[in-house]
Amino acid sequence: MLVQMYNVSKSYDNGVRALNDVTLKIERGEFVFLMGHSGAGKSTFIKLLMREELPTRGQIFVASRSVLRMKKAEIPQLRRNIGVIFQDFKLLENKTVWENVAFAMQVVGATSQQIKARVEETINMVGLSGRESSFPSQLSGGEQQRVGIARAIVNRPLIVIADEPTGNLDADTAWEIMELMSEINRKGTTIIMATHAHEIVRRMHKRVICLDKGCVVSDQQGVSIA
Amino acid sequence: MRWQTIKYFFREAKTSLRRNSVLSIATATTISICVFILGIAVLLYMNSGQVIQKLESDVEIVAFLEDDLTTYQTEELQQTLKKNPAVLSVTFVSKDEALARLENKMGEYDLLESMEGSNPLNDSLEIKATNPREVGELAAAVEKMKGVGKVRYGQDLVQKLFSATHWVRILSVVIVVFLGMAAVFLVATTTRLTIFSRRKEIYIMKLVGATNRFIRFPFFLEGMALSVSGTLFALVFLGLGYFYMIENVQPALAFLPMITDINVLIKMGLGLTLAGMALGVIGTFISLNKFLDV
Ligand SMILES: Nc1ncnc2c1ncn2[C@@H]1O[C@H](COP(=O)(O)OP(=O)(O)OP(=O)(O)O)[C@@H](O)[C@H]1O
Ligand SMILES: [Mg+2]
Repeated sequence: MLVQMYNVSKSYDNGVRALNDVTLKIERGEFVFLMGHSGAGKSTFIKLLMREELPTRGQIFVASRSVLRMKKAEIPQLRRNIGVIFQDFKLLENKTVWENVAFAMQVVGATSQQIKARVEETINMVGLSGRESSFPSQLSGGEQQRVGIARAIVNRPLIVIADEPTGNLDADTAWEIMELMSEINRKGTTIIMATHAHEIVRRMHKRVICLDKGCVVSDQQGVSIA
Repeated sequence: MRWQTIKYFFREAKTSLRRNSVLSIATATTISICVFILGIAVLLYMNSGQVIQKLESDVEIVAFLEDDLTTYQTEELQQTLKKNPAVLSVTFVSKDEALARLENKMGEYDLLESMEGSNPLNDSLEIKATNPREVGELAAAVEKMKGVGKVRYGQDLVQKLFSATHWVRILSVVIVVFLGMAAVFLVATTTRLTIFSRRKEIYIMKLVGATNRFIRFPFFLEGMALSVSGTLFALVFLGLGYFYMIENVQPALAFLPMITDINVLIKMGLGLTLAGMALGVIGTFISLNKFLDV
């Protein structure tokens, strides 16, 4: 079991209850969609897994480690197991494609041989070979998101979490990104993806967890009701 | 720590300095100005300390001895005084010596002759106190001793001098402490701007699992480089200004002894360098913690 949540609630300081008594499990190797209206709590769900936020109540386990009881010094280790992809890519504008991807390895202290080999391999995998020395501003949205994906997987995390990764892309490009995500999933990486895109969810036939006002309202294979 | 990682830190610090060159210059200038002012304050403090010490050590008690004292009694009086731990030194001045000194001051005029051969002055003892601040108590004690007539030590002047020097000292310390705090605040603010311009980078580092120590290090290097260069800049100007004063102003103000001991000045320079580096590091630290809390 990779992710376990037990009766997790999250209220922000301003009193907004973003998650309400969520209990669920995600197995190793699953591909899970997280759906729900704006404000349903999808991003909050992701932030709790990353320990960017702490739940108000409940227990969360990632790879059998309690996220709540974790010491501050153990947080980096948790995060090395999780790769994140953002809607707005969050690339560093002053770094090239290669540097953006290598950055994720440098900051966890990899050797330059490791970095060289792995960055090249990853850039090839996301289909950006030849664009290594381009800057993000010289790339299309889809290409930028590929860089974001390369950065998320370059450290070989157990889980890839994506918060609306196709939100800024047109339908065709979004679909290319989804194919890439499927390929990553096929290689064994667990994927949790928050999205608004019904079309994508319907065509992917994966597990769908629907949130509404912070509650899980449905959790089924290939069906979205939100 | 791996050589690889160290190289990464230095490269990061260098790139960041170059990329944020305007902010970097602003930070270095801030530190420079702070250290410069701090340096002036420290120089003032140390020099005023030196002047005060000289003025204080000049304070002495003159005890006039009674006319009819025998040599033996005079000797005994001196011995008693020398045994007193409050007394630093005792010098006997005979009345002939006193007259000679007076004549010296008055020029060619022959005093003794005009006095018709009799010296109206008294023998006296010049006494220095171990602690110049207790000169009043000592004078009172000396006055009570047998064989001692009038005692003089310039009461009013001494009192004023001590209360003035007391306040000068307190004020200098307050100014130095206050400036130090202002410097840390300024550095923290300037560093915060540098870090703020890189908050996305820090956020990504946090999310891919970089440790706080790893994230901090290049910023510390950067803060260190900025504060060292700022400090050196300030020290050059401080040194030039101070040596100019020693060369050109000191001769005109001979009664105010300036510190010229090169060893003392070098120590002070090192102290200021350390202080400047501390400002940079503390300032960086304050700003960093806020952004690392992701
Ligand atoms: N840091 C925060 N402080 C206070 N309230 C917050 C914070 N983050 C989110 N919220 C609130 O919590 C609720 C859930 O937000 P969340 O971002 O999880 O929704 P979401 O499902 O991701 O929405 P969207 O589809 O628009 O991204 C919202 O009402 C939001 O206003
Ligand atoms: Mg969201």
